[in-house]
Amino acid sequence: MIGVIAALLAVPLAAGVVCFLVPAKVAAGITVASGVACFGLVLALVPEVAHGTVGYGSYLRADAVSGVFLLATAFLYAAVAVYAVGYLHGRGDKYSRRFYLGFNVFAWAMLAAPLMGSLALLWIAIEVTTVVSALLIAIEDTDGAAEASWKYVLIASAGLGLALLATIFAYYAGAQVLGVHSNLAIGPLLRAGGRLPAAPVRLAFLLAVLGYGTKVGLFPVHTWLPDAHSEAPTPVSALLSGALLATSFYAILRFYQVASAALGTGFPRDTLLAFGIASLLLASLYVFGQRDVKRLLAYSSVEHMGILAIGVSFGAPIALAGVMLHVLAHAAAKGSAFMGAGVFTVKYRTMQMTAMRGGLALLPWSGPLFLASIFALSAFPPSGVFRSEFQIVAGGLASGHYAAAAALVVLVTVAFFGLATSATSMLLTPAPGPAPLPAPSLAAPPGGRQVPDGGGRADQDGAGRADEDGARARGAVLTADAPVRAAPDLARGEPSAWMVVPVLAGVAVLVLLGVHPPADLADLITRAAAQLRGTP
Amino acid sequence: MSSPGVYVGAANVIAALMLLLEFGMLRQAVVRDQVRLYAAQSALISVLAVVIAADRDLPDLYALAALSALLKVGAVPLVLRRLLGSPISEQTPGVAGSYTISPASAVLAAIALAAFGFFSFGSLGIHDPEAPATALAIAGAMVFVAFALMIVRRDVASQAIGFFSLENAISLAALVVAAGLPLLLETAFLFDLLLAVVVFGMLIRAHHARAESLSTADLTKLRG
Repeated sequence: MIGVIAALLAVPLAAGVVCFLVPAKVAAGITVASGVACFGLVLALVPEVAHGTVGYGSYLRADAVSGVFLLATAFLYAAVAVYAVGYLHGRGDKYSRRFYLGFNVFAWAMLAAPLMGSLALLWIAIEVTTVVSALLIAIEDTDGAAEASWKYVLIASAGLGLALLATIFAYYAGAQVLGVHSNLAIGPLLRAGGRLPAAPVRLAFLLAVLGYGTKVGLFPVHTWLPDAHSEAPTPVSALLSGALLATSFYAILRFYQVASAALGTGFPRDTLLAFGIASLLLASLYVFGQRDVKRLLAYSSVEHMGILAIGVSFGAPIALAGVMLHVLAHAAAKGSAFMGAGVFTVKYRTMQMTAMRGGLALLPWSGPLFLASIFALSAFPPSGVFRSEFQIVAGGLASGHYAAAAALVVLVTVAFFGLATSATSMLLTPAPGPAPLPAPSLAAPPGGRQVPDGGGRADQDGAGRADEDGARARGAVLTADAPVRAAPDLARGEPSAWMVVPVLAGVAVLVLLGVHPPADLADLITRAAAQLRGTP
Repeated sequence: MSSPGVYVGAANVIAALMLLLEFGMLRQAVVRDQVRLYAAQSALISVLAVVIAADRDLPDLYALAALSALLKVGAVPLVLRRLLGSPISEQTPGVAGSYTISPASAVLAAIALAAFGFFSFGSLGIHDPEAPATALAIAGAMVFVAFALMIVRRDVASQAIGFFSLENAISLAALVVAAGLPLLLETAFLFDLLLAVVVFGMLIRAHHARAESLSTADLTKLRG
């Protein structure tokens, strides 16, 4: 199995380097191959880690908890790699090569994080995800992208500074028991358990929740998230939301394990419950005020990260199993929703939901799939999100957290109404008749948004690409409520089949997770939940 | 009460000097001079590493001190100067008047935060005889002043330097309570910092090219 781990660490990195050196079309093929290969490698790893821990020295380690997060990231890496082929169609060679370089290295860092056997290396992997993803957010070279990437890199890096401080205090705690040459290896820290000194472990956990929580998007350190998710290219938004947030949450879980072993479960669970409820409350309210489809989904991500934190705080076995399933289901649902939303932004050349009308009629595949993704995300049966949230609520009731479980149900329902209202308006409201093409205007009207998506893609008939590219090149502002430079082509049809297939796969996975998870996956989730409860 | 040993005394003095330099960065209007103050602060970190290496007989720390000096005193300021080009070499309007509150209020707020950090970290109960508690408390104060620097200055260069100095504060805390951390990991941390510096520099350069200023006053379009 060490070969599989080594391959997981080598393939995406090598793919990224090669992609920068070859033409864009070849880079697209290499990226898809790398994504599919990594997903295959993780699938090969799952049965092994579902029944034991795989490690190499104290620096590489894969257990069931790692396996869950690897699976979520690898699935999204493969799906989004396919989606990116359609998304980047018509983009320049230089842009595409830079994109694929960053995309693969970003995926590499996210795959590497759960494989790190030491809290120090875990921090380094998460920091690498930050610097790479900041460049990917900025790649569109718009005012919005520049602002979002700066806020992201500054806030996330400051948060990771606190996480580094947490790592230092974890080392101090470990050194008191394991000696000064301990290297923050996760296994020995967990085994040291109750012998670790309480004060530094408590401080380390608090700093880790605050620090890594910045990247997870927990309230009140979530402020970068809606900006970055909305301004990044859609494939990057999908990875940020479905994989990066979860990977950062994985880091919190490792500190949670150490803190629970050293302090007992009271303090860590109470801390996570407070952050989780606050995040869920904020997100479920903010979902209502959004006009930008990607910001809407970004706030939904804050909501789901809050649900994960609350689920862990419940502590019951069924709730922890629900959390592990939720990581997978959220990755599939949010990835599908972002990719579906990306098709809409390409079709309508705006991110404003008020301008997206008649989606069900205009996008025969993406319309229903986007609706299915939104309903799945809102925990409609038979999606995996329904199953996971049901388990979390059941765990809350079983562990006596009645008020928190009730709050969870109420706030998730509130968020559902926000998401469902927006999505159904986009899909079911009839499209307006063809609008006259107004005179060009580069001035940004109030509320105007530049569209990072959509540049260079055309509908099946090829109309509009030149206009759109030209508009982008001149920095045109495309808005929903104001005159636009290039009118959207509202002919019925999909922008690209490459952008439909991965969404279809995501929805299929959601149904599979909701109806009947495969036996190996069920074993993996059960073991991961047991590990979170303290079983080695 | 016994007087502190050479190591503890040196650690505390160096930590206090680092905190003073942190305030200098907060108050300094010219980016070039902020970078110099950062380099001086980084040099003090290397000196402290040498002191600890000698006191505790940790030869790895000599290598770490050299590497830290190479990267944080040499490479990082160099990379910043190269990436920022002309904006760093002059007092640009975007930097000189970049306070979100008045300079006096900023300094007073930073002093209050430093006191809060000092007493918070000082009350952690870390009573290891080898860990100078005062230096650790000063590291806590530096963390808060670094955050203040990122918040009260409204220009990308100061905010970036605030982050780099935050890393120096964490390095100080690490030297005090985690001096035995394996060299391999310390080295990885340092190269990770260098990577972050390059990315910060690229984004600053892109911002300057777009806005013709280092000011972040116009980065307010994304809300809600």
